[in-house]
Amino acid sequence: MYEHDVLVVGAGGAGLRAAIAAHEEGADVAMVTKLHPVRSHTGAAEGGINAALHPEDSWELHAYDTMKGSDYLGDAPAVETFAQDAPDEVIQLEHWGMPFSREEDGTVSQRPFGGLSHPRTTYAGAETGHHLLHTMYEQVVKRGIEVYEEWQVLNLAVTDHDDVEDRECHGVVAYDIASGTIEGFSARDGVILATGGPGQVFDHTTNAVANSGDGYAMAYRAGVPLEDMEFVQFHPTTLPSTGVLISEGVRGEGGILYNEDEERFMFEHGYANNEGELASRDVVSRAELTEVNEGRGIEDEYVHLDMRHLGEERILDRLENILHLAEDFEGVDGLDEPMPVKPGQHYQMGGVECDENGQTCIDGLYAAGETACVSLHGANRLGGNALPELLVFGARAGSHAAGADMKEAEIQTGPSAKSEDGDLGADVEIGAVGAGDAAVAADGAAVESGEVLSRAVERERERVETLLEEDGINHAHVRDDIQETMTENVNVFRREENLVEALEDIREARERYQHVAASDPSRTYNTDVLHTMETRNIIDIAEAITAGALAREEFRGAHWREQYQFRDDEEWLKHTLLAWNDGSPELYYKPVELEAEKEYEPKERSY
Amino acid sequence: MSTQIEQQEAEEEDEAETEIEPAEKPHQERRLSEKRARAEANERQRREREAVREAENDIRIKVFRYDPEVEGKEEPRFDDFRVPFHKGMTVLDALIYARDHYDSSLTFRHSCRQAVCGSDALFVNGQQRLGCKTQIADLETPVRIEPLPHQDVVKDLVVDMEHFYEQMHAVEPYFQPDDLPEGELEEQRQTPENREKVKMSTRCIWCGACMSSCNIAAGDNQYLGPAAINKAYRFAMDEREGENAKQERIETIEQEHGVWRCQTQFSCTEVCPKDIPLTEHIQELKREAVKSNLKFW
Repeated sequence: MYEHDVLVVGAGGAGLRAAIAAHEEGADVAMVTKLHPVRSHTGAAEGGINAALHPEDSWELHAYDTMKGSDYLGDAPAVETFAQDAPDEVIQLEHWGMPFSREEDGTVSQRPFGGLSHPRTTYAGAETGHHLLHTMYEQVVKRGIEVYEEWQVLNLAVTDHDDVEDRECHGVVAYDIASGTIEGFSARDGVILATGGPGQVFDHTTNAVANSGDGYAMAYRAGVPLEDMEFVQFHPTTLPSTGVLISEGVRGEGGILYNEDEERFMFEHGYANNEGELASRDVVSRAELTEVNEGRGIEDEYVHLDMRHLGEERILDRLENILHLAEDFEGVDGLDEPMPVKPGQHYQMGGVECDENGQTCIDGLYAAGETACVSLHGANRLGGNALPELLVFGARAGSHAAGADMKEAEIQTGPSAKSEDGDLGADVEIGAVGAGDAAVAADGAAVESGEVLSRAVERERERVETLLEEDGINHAHVRDDIQETMTENVNVFRREENLVEALEDIREARERYQHVAASDPSRTYNTDVLHTMETRNIIDIAEAITAGALAREEFRGAHWREQYQFRDDEEWLKHTLLAWNDGSPELYYKPVELEAEKEYEPKERSY
Repeated sequence: MSTQIEQQEAEEEDEAETEIEPAEKPHQERRLSEKRARAEANERQRREREAVREAENDIRIKVFRYDPEVEGKEEPRFDDFRVPFHKGMTVLDALIYARDHYDSSLTFRHSCRQAVCGSDALFVNGQQRLGCKTQIADLETPVRIEPLPHQDVVKDLVVDMEHFYEQMHAVEPYFQPDDLPEGELEEQRQTPENREKVKMSTRCIWCGACMSSCNIAAGDNQYLGPAAINKAYRFAMDEREGENAKQERIETIEQEHGVWRCQTQFSCTEVCPKDIPLTEHIQELKREAVKSNLKFW
């Protein structure tokens, strides 16, 4: 068994920032991560980091833009904390050596991005995430923070009190990929989940293969509700054949979208008469798919993103990476021809319910970064807001877990924050199949810390043993089916019958998952076992996304419903929560908080 | 071993796998109902046949296999897989297909699929390349896929990266400014020219292709190697670090197993998937070292 004060699960941007913050607070902190830190998908972020640095800009404007972008589903305390902390975080990164793009006077450059009222996006070429990731990993190396790399966390060690708000997290169970050893990691002060997004739920995604949403699923099964999971961002500019992201920076620098008739459809078809290509991502994604559905797509599949008019010098200076991506993954020379693009799954706005300090309703369990839902992004995330989010809330979670003296959070979490019961409105079963799938043991209450961890270790050892020894079906087939039905039925445009169909498909996949096994018998670097475990997480998340999408009968931000074409503030100014409830999920709501230092009156969202 | 054909019943697939790893499958009762398995296999078979038909042709890959604890794999060998080809298919796509359709024990690192995580540096047809960035259409077939040379193989295509990481850490790979601006929200200044100067060096994704291609590194285990020296270059040339830090960095890379080992064969530069001019950076540090020594003479 290993023991530390604070354990950070995942070593992307949020995890690294949390670990540094906890270390600065004097904690003995360790990171447990299935990938070496520099392999994390934060490295694929391209566009930039929003922060109100300019004297004419202000945190209030950033907060206002973020709230508007969220379609008034962000919580004001989260949005304001974020906008206030972001500038310091960006300067901190610069002081750590981040190679930001610069102005002639040597100051950090800022460029326009969608949905922003001021050019607020700092960047390092079109590879901002790569530099952010490496810069922070360097700081982790400098501080000598322990990293258990290529250790996959399989589950959390959480007590099984009936009331989830009485539960405590004492550590994690992890699997050493190289040797197949399963060990307990005890956390004296806190466990921070920073495992990134769940893009592998879909088959056309900008996310990495490793983005199987492990943190969401582990927290969910331990009792923390998942919040607003129906809000999935589909990025408007991904390469059609692979899902590789083409940064919003291209449009920020002046790139133009054209349909097959070479119309600048964002304006000519009235999708966003003021902002055009720089409207919010949900607006642009729907516009592109509408063009395709109405027969104006190229090869009935995609539209064109043209940046040739920017000139070679500017492109090479600010967007060089885009040229490489278009060339390597689509065979297109962006200097010479327009690039084909279409919407692809990109970001999960919803996530593990937590407050401004990253705390969930389970004592000692935190979430940060994409895994978390504070809620900052509400129904739609603005471009350039994910990287400052992982900095701001990663740092806060790390400090809080390490015992820093911080202002008490305003955002309420856990079942006690419930304001209203929910109803799925369809006759489909969700949740665990039988009792065997329940994550929390039913074999007597385990509440003492050492016992909780050792029992959790035993459970995972047995589970892996079973996967290795028994014969069964290949998890990859189950995963394929989930990805297929999600992409077909729970995409940008959502219809009730499709959502129900998806839930039925997910149910079937869940039943088939009961019969999976690994066919690789080896203990050495057994990725078959790992991917099989991930697929279980993918199933839980797919179900949570779809259940939320079916329940929410309105059109808000990224969530579009055929039958409900308006934002319904009367009925739906509230967060969707899905609690695992020991295998029989419960859907409920809590109100949105639109007031903190400022008040945010919901307005019509036009760009 | 022979090419595995995909038009097989699920049961036959299992048998085929048993042939690869005899006696390793515990002979337990199948838990799932056979009916369900057959229905699944039939459906899958149909879809896969369609996929094959749609494809213009298929291609053959020869993949290095090794597992120290699995009978039949302790001795390294090559397995052949035939995978349906599609336009734009990469070496990584082919490996994923082979793993998900024929042999789920086929093991390789991969994550981002877009040449930024640096997980899948492989030895493809005799050259270090990123699997995700290498188009099958650009290669002679059968495509021979091996783990990176000069590193210990853990299993199949997975190598032990520990030594590479140690060398990276040996150059104090973190920013060390003399002092920082104290004003609120004040950044250090850096000219666009200086940023441009270090730009290429900051693109390193730690894939290890350079180290694997380097003859010197192969013969001298303590040689820092191109990636670590490039990391030192990234900081030494960054004007935001002070003269003292630069001096220390020069001393680090000038040691016995540092820059002077490089014989400018350019193999690292040739294989770098991010086109970093590694050899040039090493040469430039040699010049800096000479200048610095003259200064203290």
